Amino acid sequence: MNALTTQLDEAGNLKHFLTIEGLERSLLIDILDRAEGFLGVAQQAVKKVPLCRGKVIANLFFENSTRTRTTFELAAKRLSADVLNLNISTSATAKGETLLDTLRNLEAMHVDMFVVRHATSGAAHFIAQHAAPHVSVVNAGDGRHSHPTQAMLDMFTIRRHKGDFSALRVAIVGDILHSRVARSQILALNTLGAAEVRVIGPRTLIPADAAEALGVRVFHDLREGVRDVDVVIMLRLQRERMSSALLPSEHEYFQLFGLTEERLATAHAEAIVMHPGPINRGVEMDSQVADGKRSVILEQVSNGIAVRMAVMSMCIGTQNLQAQQAGEQRDAH
Amino acid sequence: MPTDSTISIRNGRLIDPATGFDGEADVHLAEGRVLAIGAAPPGFCPERTLDASGCLVFPGVVDLCARLREPGLEHKATIASETRAAAAAGITTLCCPPDTSPVVDTPAVAQLIQQTAARHGHARVLPAGALTRKLEGKVLAEMAALKQAGCPVLSQAGRTILSTHVARRALEYASTFGMTVFLQPLDRDLAEGGCVHEGRVSTRLGLPGIPEAAETLAVARDLALAEQTGARIHFRGLSTARALEMLAEARARGVRASADVAIHQLFLTEEDVAGLNADCHVIPPLRTRSDRDALRAALASGALAALCSDHQPHDADAKLAPFPETAPGISGLETLLPLGLRLVEEAVMDVATLIARLTLGPAEVLGQRLGRLGVGERADVCIFDPRRAWTVSPETLLSHGENSPFMGMTLRGRVIWTLLDGRIVFERTD
Repeated sequence: MNALTTQLDEAGNLKHFLTIEGLERSLLIDILDRAEGFLGVAQQAVKKVPLCRGKVIANLFFENSTRTRTTFELAAKRLSADVLNLNISTSATAKGETLLDTLRNLEAMHVDMFVVRHATSGAAHFIAQHAAPHVSVVNAGDGRHSHPTQAMLDMFTIRRHKGDFSALRVAIVGDILHSRVARSQILALNTLGAAEVRVIGPRTLIPADAAEALGVRVFHDLREGVRDVDVVIMLRLQRERMSSALLPSEHEYFQLFGLTEERLATAHAEAIVMHPGPINRGVEMDSQVADGKRSVILEQVSNGIAVRMAVMSMCIGTQNLQAQQAGEQRDAH
Repeated sequence: MPTDSTISIRNGRLIDPATGFDGEADVHLAEGRVLAIGAAPPGFCPERTLDASGCLVFPGVVDLCARLREPGLEHKATIASETRAAAAAGITTLCCPPDTSPVVDTPAVAQLIQQTAARHGHARVLPAGALTRKLEGKVLAEMAALKQAGCPVLSQAGRTILSTHVARRALEYASTFGMTVFLQPLDRDLAEGGCVHEGRVSTRLGLPGIPEAAETLAVARDLALAEQTGARIHFRGLSTARALEMLAEARARGVRASADVAIHQLFLTEEDVAGLNADCHVIPPLRTRSDRDALRAALASGALAALCSDHQPHDADAKLAPFPETAPGISGLETLLPLGLRLVEEAVMDVATLIARLTLGPAEVLGQRLGRLGVGERADVCIFDPRRAWTVSPETLLSHGENSPFMGMTLRGRVIWTLLDGRIVFERTD
């Protein structure tokens, strides 16, 4: 069973959202269009729509992340769902409970959707395979594998600024090797038909066979890599990797791959700068860029809520459709 | 064990790699040995006659690496369950790695395994003795005592010795007693945390990779040590084309090294991991298509001496986790021969060569007079119907391990009878 067959129902509707891999362009466009509709909700006096009323959504975070969890929580609440927040890293698994045990226990609480973050690649896929048939799973980041809602909110942000993808050159800078965000962004950009996707970083942070495996152009020089690009996406560099066998120091990293106004000079005049956050100022970029006119970093955060609303409501919608069809079948008998 | 029965196997196609015989011939067995080939001796009146029409008759398969999980991991499998599966798969001799619990680093454990196997009587089990105490790679195991206790070879199982000094001395000490050392070449530092081949699929899926150099580095080191010490080494389960080149080059210089390959490496590649099927999680990892093709060619040419099951039965829970957290290994005994036959169908090698790599080749690696079917040899026989199709399923497998990526596949080739020392240990009734 591959991810493609796992996350769509027979009619091609989104049942789970685990990875961008295998999804059609039209489905990605559908997510973006729906998110567009949800943007206005935040401006309403009552910031809620009733699409997931009566549903229970559990944020299952095996890895800590305040920001991602918060935006998922807000998205679920704006859809009128009841939300459970579970930080498993500190509770169940520490007592030797297996992932499957945790899942079964939560299913017994009649949860309709799991939003899962886990340190292991493939974890969300595994949970989706073993979850009860009426439960949806949304991947909020698994290991180095996938972080599809982050990628979609980035696509959403890019589309709002640039419109069409087909003429776009996009550069992703930094730790590609360990980045689930980069993998999902690259898949999304290629599916949406971006003209060129580049990755930029030292060889220690670029995975094996990246060009063929991911469909990107590889650069090791920042100035050269951002030449004529329309979008620059900076990746977060984990603190423990700044001084290790991968990199000598954050100082040298910033000297080579840190984004400054001066190094952005070769990019397209209208180029935007993105970062999934939280930024290490003075490592990935300096404050001038982070807070500058090209930066759309804060927009990414608010767009994240709309995109997550879109994905969650689509998955719940598929559930409702299935329940309805099951009901009709029962009536027919 | 009663070995006094007399049996004639009639009308089969006899393949004996030791003599090069390949043709229709009857085989007559008495007192656990091959009494005659072709016409029965005058007055020979067998207690039983097996009609092997349409079947291949060849020496019982010798499997260089099968984990039986006993002692220590009986919730996964037992000597009784796995030797019974082996008999049903035409395998009469199994060499099991020493990474049981306790480790096979004392004569007592080695004897316990052999006695348990003998009591059940389905297959001959030859435990590989530990090369170092507790397989820790620090202190040598009592190799002479292990040899005395029936261990034909020594092994580190999957645990590479970190210290090159200890590795060198271990090889030297083993060679004192003329014992072959099994090594599974994997550089621990480079393989650390990895669960798949480092390449396109690991990059795409963000799975921690094991680079080719993790194997070639260990092969280079062990070949250098074998050359230095004059010890005889055997690489268990090569996975890369580059390692094959290094082996060939060293052998040409006279280094005493041989190698085998696990059957799954000849059919699966890194691409099979793309669906995150935990049954494709193996160490060494599934490599590229060109590695797979090189391994196939090396087995055909004889550069790889043996084909083995690398049987690793697991309980269901061991595979119920996100891919990188699952236990590696495939339950492989019962698919060994049918998949082997597929190599013949795909014209990788002829059937006589396949049989040689499954019998005489591994027997010679073990230094045992097995895997032969000439007059006077031990009557370990497999009678195999290459036409019979069957579907791999929990119902058709006897092993307690249901962890097979070939589950659900329809394969051709089914063992009809297996004989161990002239005694029928398996007879297919369905």
